[in-house]
Amino acid sequence: MGYNKSIEPKGDHMYIIKEKKNLTETTTMMVIDAPHIVKHAKVGQFVMVRALDTSERIPLTIADKDKSKGFITIIFQVVGASTYELNQLNENDSIQDIVGPLGKPSELEGLERVLLIGGGVGCAILYPIAEQLRFQHAEIMTIIGFRTQSQIFLESEFINVSSRFSITTDDGSYGEKGRVTDLMIKLLEEDHAFDKVIAIGPIVMMKAVTEVAKRYHLPITVSMNPIMVDGTGMCGGCRVSVGGQMMFACVDGPEFDGMLVDYDMAIKRNQLYQKEENEAYQKMMMKEEDMR
Amino acid sequence: MKQQSRTPMRMIDSSKRIHTFEEVNCGYTDHEALIEANRCLDCKHKPCIKGCPVGIDIPGFISAIKNQKIDLAYQIIHKSSSLPAVCGRVCPQETQCEALCVHTKKGESVAIGHLERYVADTYYQHHHSIDKGISQEIKIAVVGSGPAGLSCAHDLIQAGFKVDLYEALHEAGGVLTYGIPAFRLPKEIVQREINELIQRGVNLITNVIIGKTLTLEDLKEMNYQAIFLGTGAGLPKFMGIPGEMLPSVYSANEYLTRLNLMHAYDKNSLTPIHKGKRVAVIGGGNVALDAARSAVRLGADIVYLIYRRGKEELPARHEEVIHAEEEGIIFKFLTNVKEIIANDEGYVKAIKCVAMTLGDKDQSGRRKPIENPKKKMVIPVDEVIMALGTTPNPLIMSESTDLKATPKGCIIVDENTHETTKPMVFAGGDVVTGSATVILAMEAGRKAANAIIERLT
Repeated sequence: MGYNKSIEPKGDHMYIIKEKKNLTETTTMMVIDAPHIVKHAKVGQFVMVRALDTSERIPLTIADKDKSKGFITIIFQVVGASTYELNQLNENDSIQDIVGPLGKPSELEGLERVLLIGGGVGCAILYPIAEQLRFQHAEIMTIIGFRTQSQIFLESEFINVSSRFSITTDDGSYGEKGRVTDLMIKLLEEDHAFDKVIAIGPIVMMKAVTEVAKRYHLPITVSMNPIMVDGTGMCGGCRVSVGGQMMFACVDGPEFDGMLVDYDMAIKRNQLYQKEENEAYQKMMMKEEDMR
Repeated sequence: MKQQSRTPMRMIDSSKRIHTFEEVNCGYTDHEALIEANRCLDCKHKPCIKGCPVGIDIPGFISAIKNQKIDLAYQIIHKSSSLPAVCGRVCPQETQCEALCVHTKKGESVAIGHLERYVADTYYQHHHSIDKGISQEIKIAVVGSGPAGLSCAHDLIQAGFKVDLYEALHEAGGVLTYGIPAFRLPKEIVQREINELIQRGVNLITNVIIGKTLTLEDLKEMNYQAIFLGTGAGLPKFMGIPGEMLPSVYSANEYLTRLNLMHAYDKNSLTPIHKGKRVAVIGGGNVALDAARSAVRLGADIVYLIYRRGKEELPARHEEVIHAEEEGIIFKFLTNVKEIIANDEGYVKAIKCVAMTLGDKDQSGRRKPIENPKKKMVIPVDEVIMALGTTPNPLIMSESTDLKATPKGCIIVDENTHETTKPMVFAGGDVVTGSATVILAMEAGRKAANAIIERLT
């Protein structure tokens, strides 16, 4: 059998946005034509995206894929200048560069009963894992948390694949008021027969969930999202301390044993460019104001 | 009697250049080039050629300069080297061709590198496009568009094959693009060399990682009759000392990639970079000097270059060492870093160092540095850049089990043909040798191309 010609990469391939949907005010979903990336893409892998010629390269998890059409889906939250630029693009526009699939796929084989915990935009990374687990007939219990009602997305999708589902908001505007760990403890008090906990969200959340998992002696996997430049193992900027070992999230991860991750250092490393990032974002906002 | 010292290269004054990423060297004028070319004695035994890894006919192109036939000079160089404008700038000529020049017995060698650069730059001022003329019956994949891949692609396209050149990043050039800063190798020069290859018919495909996006098996199914892997040594080394995880500790790869590939020095770029005021760069190679000199240009007050051997042992190009000294880099020789210390907020505050002495020669033929635990010092810095060398990127190995590598991750190849343990898959450059020079990678690319041409014609 010859290689399917339509998915051979071309020098002049355009990464056209086939569909764009605002999941919330700040969260966007894009379906992109990238047939050669789909071929080997597996759950848990990511792509590096450069929206425009001046944008940063940013890692975004492949949230979904359509092998027959050659499309991949990304979901992102506008948190800074580069995601803002990406969000300025519309259907039929093309994205400057996308490369992938990168990172190691999620290791889900043999899991039969799993507790999934998602926070904020991390739910976009968690959902394909839930889908895959469902596909292999695992029993899934899900707790997801958002800051407030207007930020919630993928709720019905998670409900469809979970045998038990709950949702929290920090301000109580929807679901239960409080943190995902409050509900997690409540659940584990009555039932803690899980093969694994998988937690994806802000680092502080993953740290807190790990503390709880530790108390109930449950293995936990987390997905790290450090600052990256190339995403191929070249820069070492995404290094994470795991069990005292230096790991590169882009090639050794992004998923790691939650018990071993040095979360405090990861938080510190992610703050290195906060000032520059805020300034760049402000500048972009001002430019938009001017144009209006 | 010929003049004994070489024609000096004009350059931007160090007080001006520490504020700009513009190229330091200005190049020869026609007159200067002619004077320098006339120093060449055109000796019968041509020792310089033996010093050139790709075997450029050096006296040949220099005598073309003497006759003011620059196009001819370019053609002579281009027969052996696909990147003359690059090599004229970044080759360590003082340990290669120029080291063997007969002039070195009494004075200074002919400035072969400067002349090569002059020929390439002058040629490109008058020539812009080249016709495509390829038969395209045999298709070959070249993986990686750094010096090894560019050189291999060049020879293969010349031989009439169809060449697809794969690059993982969004821009071609490998280390020439992401690694070497503009003040040493302007990015337009690299772009020009790559454009020339594209005009000759090479099909460049960016954003594709072989080993991830496509596997070697995919390439075979896509009917490539030979594959060349020039994927380089991309993985940065760290020291394994306490404090390396701290923010504002960079690998030189990250620091230089942010600057060069992502244009972090440009206000319009969204890629940020930490601008340390007191910077320590650890290492003594060209990459360490590139990082240190970049830090000066980003506004650092003090930049230390910390090297565990002595000045004699510095592996960097001689010219770069001189330029770095002129720019105020403080060299701390015979010094090693033991720990990076953080302040209360968790940012870099200082490095703890220990003095070294040199013992007997080690396997690399250099004297082995030994710690002198009695002499310790603490140097206050707010940024550390690790330039300790790189190892081959394991991405391609992880997907291809029949590709054999050394314990250090270097792909094993046949010395002459550069063929790997997988038939019709060839490899060369840093992925085979570990981090080395641009010209050695080009030599490997050329050797592999020759083997491929021989095998397929």
